[in-house]
Amino acid sequence: MSTLSLTSAFTLLLKRDLVLAYRRRAELVNPVLFFVLVTAMFPLGIGNDAKLIQAVGPGVIWVAARLAALLSLDTMFRSDFDDGTLEQFMLSAHPISVLVLAKILAHWMITGLPLFIAAPLLAMMLNVPSDAIPTLMLTLVLGTPTLSLIGSVGVALTVGLRRGGVILSLLVLPLYVPVLIFATDAVKTSIVGIPTSAQISILAAMLIGSLVLAPLATAASLRISLS
Amino acid sequence: MGSPRYFYHVAGKMIPWFAISFLLTLIAGVYYGLFVAPPDYQQGESYRIMYIHVPAAWMSMFIYIVMAVAGVISLVWRIKITEITIISSASVGASFTFLALVTGSLWGKPMWGAWWVWDARLTSELLLLFLYLGIISLYSAIEDKRVAARAISILALVGVVNIPIIHYSVEWWNTLHQTSSVTITGKQAMPTSMLIPLLLMGISFKLYYGAVVLMRARAEVLERDRNTRWVRELVEGEIK
Amino acid sequence: MSEFLDMGGYAMYVWPSYGLAFVILVANWVSPLLQRRRVLTDIARKLRREKREQK
Repeated sequence: MSTLSLTSAFTLLLKRDLVLAYRRRAELVNPVLFFVLVTAMFPLGIGNDAKLIQAVGPGVIWVAARLAALLSLDTMFRSDFDDGTLEQFMLSAHPISVLVLAKILAHWMITGLPLFIAAPLLAMMLNVPSDAIPTLMLTLVLGTPTLSLIGSVGVALTVGLRRGGVILSLLVLPLYVPVLIFATDAVKTSIVGIPTSAQISILAAMLIGSLVLAPLATAASLRISLS
Repeated sequence: MGSPRYFYHVAGKMIPWFAISFLLTLIAGVYYGLFVAPPDYQQGESYRIMYIHVPAAWMSMFIYIVMAVAGVISLVWRIKITEITIISSASVGASFTFLALVTGSLWGKPMWGAWWVWDARLTSELLLLFLYLGIISLYSAIEDKRVAARAISILALVGVVNIPIIHYSVEWWNTLHQTSSVTITGKQAMPTSMLIPLLLMGISFKLYYGAVVLMRARAEVLERDRNTRWVRELVEGEIK
Repeated sequence: MSEFLDMGGYAMYVWPSYGLAFVILVANWVSPLLQRRRVLTDIARKLRREKREQK
């Protein structure tokens, strides 16, 4: 029988996941709602002193984005694990890390992009000055895929567990810290007006690094948690 | 050498040696550190916390690296003993990290005037503690211990790759936002009379780790091979 | 002696550190022993039960 070429397998898998997600559109909105809700909490908590909120703004947006991404991570392999398609992936001729990359990319499109779209609105809410918003968007574009990539390793390790959710956050959150530090730092320095090329390049480097390493680790941990 | 039974007996013989040398170096180190070493001209007696804090911090990093190396070995060659050493060292590593954190803040209070200072080293040490706790909780969550051991080997590897990144990012984050904190005496050249107890304590903690990781590994080996023949004979031997 | 205990006024910081270190060293020493004894007694109990069933 004609085996699929790698690229067509990749795109097929990607399309499949996007169609599946599109079918349950309602679920797509949850991470964004969570993101908006958490970000709205902070000004209420801190009080409406504009200066303070502005100082805290980028950090709040980024931590909320991180938690929203974490919340939606579980769905990456859960449904496939339950109905057994994950085992089929493991048996396929193609290298598993490439298939896993397709799933991670699909997950990022489904959850990362909505956050990305909602971010400017929230930045306004936290009166982050408008000239800093492009940097915020840039850090989100570079940061959210890194979160999905690093998170996928944790999800692959805990996919077999019934109540893996809490452990997932314990495993993955410490690994998110570098991304958080550089992203918020980039936005803060851009508010003050200093060029942020250093932080952005480090974020890009982290993205590329995890793009290469994470699928391998995820494939290996999938093989372990399914064995 | 890999067979658990052989390991069980060999470890049994080695533990007393580790234990004795650990106790000797510990007593020498503590005595030297508390009584003989002169007070620091700047910090007076409070710097003596260094004799616990610095070796504990060394150990927290050292043990994590040992776990990562054991992780590589157990993933590639699937040797049972190395899998067992990972989980056997996890809780010791976590307690040393916790010890380093608490003594760090106890030392920070008289020097920097605050219990918790977002100093780069303390923060990365805190994140290292979360990495340890992640490994311990993942291991206990997975029923099948062989699978669990290989899962934490992956986690230890992913963690060890991230440690330099975490440390670098915390350094970046910290030095930009806070006046550079007071350098602990480590930076200035330390007089030998202060250095000796530090080395003694460092060695004694390593020997301690050797003894404890072997003891835990023996318990783990028994747990894993509980229904094999050699464990039955061992237990029967002990009942009579 | 009391001057020594006072630790140049830093007694409140130095002794808790050494105390905690002692507690942690003892705890990590004892817990594997307890774990090993628990496993041995479990196996022993299982063996005795099996012997009784064989009679």
